Amino acid sequence: MINKEGKVKIPSGCAITGIIDKNGNKFNGEDIIKSIALMHERSNGLGGGFAAYGIYPEYKDFYALHIFFDDFNIKIQTEDYIKKNFDIINSESIPTKKNPKIYDPPLIWRYFLNPKKDNIEKKEIDEKEFVFKCVMEINKNFKGAYIFSSGKNMGVFKGVGYPEDIGKFFLLDTYEAYIWTAHGRFPTNTPGWWGGAHPFTLLNWSVVHNGEISSYDANRRFVEMYGYICTLKTDTEVITFLFDMLIRKHNIPLKKAIKIVVAPFWDDIEKEIDPSLKKELKSIRSVYASALINGPFSIILGFEDGILALNDRIKLRPLVVATKDAKTYISSEESAIRVICNNPDKVWMPAGGEPIIALLKKEYR
Amino acid sequence: MKIIDALDVPYRTLNKLIDTVLLNNNEENIILKNIFGQRYIGRGLSYKNSLIQIYGTPGNDMASYMNGTKIEVFGNGQDAIGNTMNEGTVIIHGDCGDTIGYAMRGGSIYIKGNVGYRVGIHMKEYKNMKPVIVIGGKAGEFLGEYMAGGIIIVLGIDISKSEKIVGKFCGTGMHGGVIYIYENLEDYNFGKEVKKSEFNEKDVELLSKHIKFYEKAFSRNLEYLRIEKFSKYVAIGKNPYSNMYCNY
Repeated sequence: MINKEGKVKIPSGCAITGIIDKNGNKFNGEDIIKSIALMHERSNGLGGGFAAYGIYPEYKDFYALHIFFDDFNIKIQTEDYIKKNFDIINSESIPTKKNPKIYDPPLIWRYFLNPKKDNIEKKEIDEKEFVFKCVMEINKNFKGAYIFSSGKNMGVFKGVGYPEDIGKFFLLDTYEAYIWTAHGRFPTNTPGWWGGAHPFTLLNWSVVHNGEISSYDANRRFVEMYGYICTLKTDTEVITFLFDMLIRKHNIPLKKAIKIVVAPFWDDIEKEIDPSLKKELKSIRSVYASALINGPFSIILGFEDGILALNDRIKLRPLVVATKDAKTYISSEESAIRVICNNPDKVWMPAGGEPIIALLKKEYR
Repeated sequence: MKIIDALDVPYRTLNKLIDTVLLNNNEENIILKNIFGQRYIGRGLSYKNSLIQIYGTPGNDMASYMNGTKIEVFGNGQDAIGNTMNEGTVIIHGDCGDTIGYAMRGGSIYIKGNVGYRVGIHMKEYKNMKPVIVIGGKAGEFLGEYMAGGIIIVLGIDISKSEKIVGKFCGTGMHGGVIYIYENLEDYNFGKEVKKSEFNEKDVELLSKHIKFYEKAFSRNLEYLRIEKFSKYVAIGKNPYSNMYCNY
């Protein structure tokens, strides 16, 4: 049996890229594959993955669960649990195309689900919280089953291999999305396995990440108090949970959540002239001290309305942004943008801790 | 003059091709077209009379360990240009990324526009070898971090009033070399190992020389820049960490 995340430490960069069409126009996965493939040297073949938003319009009202199963036995057990809690609208094996470079894939299935109203009411929680709890339950207690995508009208496709091969394996040229993000992995602390590839998701959130979170344990202990279970022992998972917790559970607007995870330095807060902002920043750093993300990172957070790109405060990882008409491109390297967008209107590198938020225009949400 | 179309050519193949052209055909100059992210272009090259002109976006570590060639990029550069470079000249008609001139030991890099974070990190000098980085626009944070030698010049051309010419933590851990900035900045922009220094004639001479080079390389008239507006920053001590592990 191969060693999974958390059991082995391998000391060792990654590539990330993202595209959004703010008018909501959809395009297939060819461009995102071309972009991430250009940064081949940033990965080592131990993980690649994609998140796509807007791909299931015919099932847009249902939760799309993408699940890896180690074998049929665990699949049946997991399905029993799903049937108790959800009405299954449709279920199928996710179509893949044989690729000599992709080997030993698990069973890969997707389920379009409607949570059972009675079950939700019994627990006196809202629908998203119900789905969240079911995802946590399966990922924690159903050994050999791993839900790697659980949002509506979106999906993640990932695995062990170079991202361009993973993209072809999952036939991403047959999907149409208005947001695509991608990741090429160079595992730094743990061996690569299918569940450990990026993006990491929960409900509609997805995160691709280049870097290493040194605040992982502080962040993990914090989210665990709110019912999140870090099953993968990998740093990126906790970033996804932090954003879900801050924005969905604590009802904090996105911009404020960003101030929490990349809080300004105390020195800079002291220099702040506006007294109310100063007070706000101080309280953010006090209340949410454990939600501060430290260590080198560049991330792209995907959600139904747009994407957020963010660097750590002292910018220890690369990040380039470009715009062309209604499209915004984000990548680890400028060349990976230019290869799919030859003549951008604007290209720049955001500063450390400076968020780049690209949202769908209101009329297209 | 040899022209190479680099579209879809992997970096290893491309760099070997450049080696072959320079070695066998006695070609002095090369034009590279359709460059998309190929890494290590010009690595270790020591052809002092050769010029490589690049159209596109060259990948990371361009001109690393370079020993004397001239590279001109018509576009933006990425990260770590001139990593551990010894000799030669790099001219970028655009902006650049982070860690430009990483551990650079000699030669010069001229950038028309802005640069990212940690430019000139760990630059060093030895006797006659003095690396130079000239930045036309602004620089990100940690400029000249752990700088041990060499020269960084920031001109601040075409930046708006809301933009900072240099980010925070400039010269953090600096123990050698000199940074010239076309603005008088407040102390909090700098690391605690840096102090402002007086100007002398040699500084004026040096700045005039590099500004002239910039004007010629990028066809810009910079007569309006006034040498006396530059501030000069140097390291407080030569060996600030010598006692770090000895005091206990």
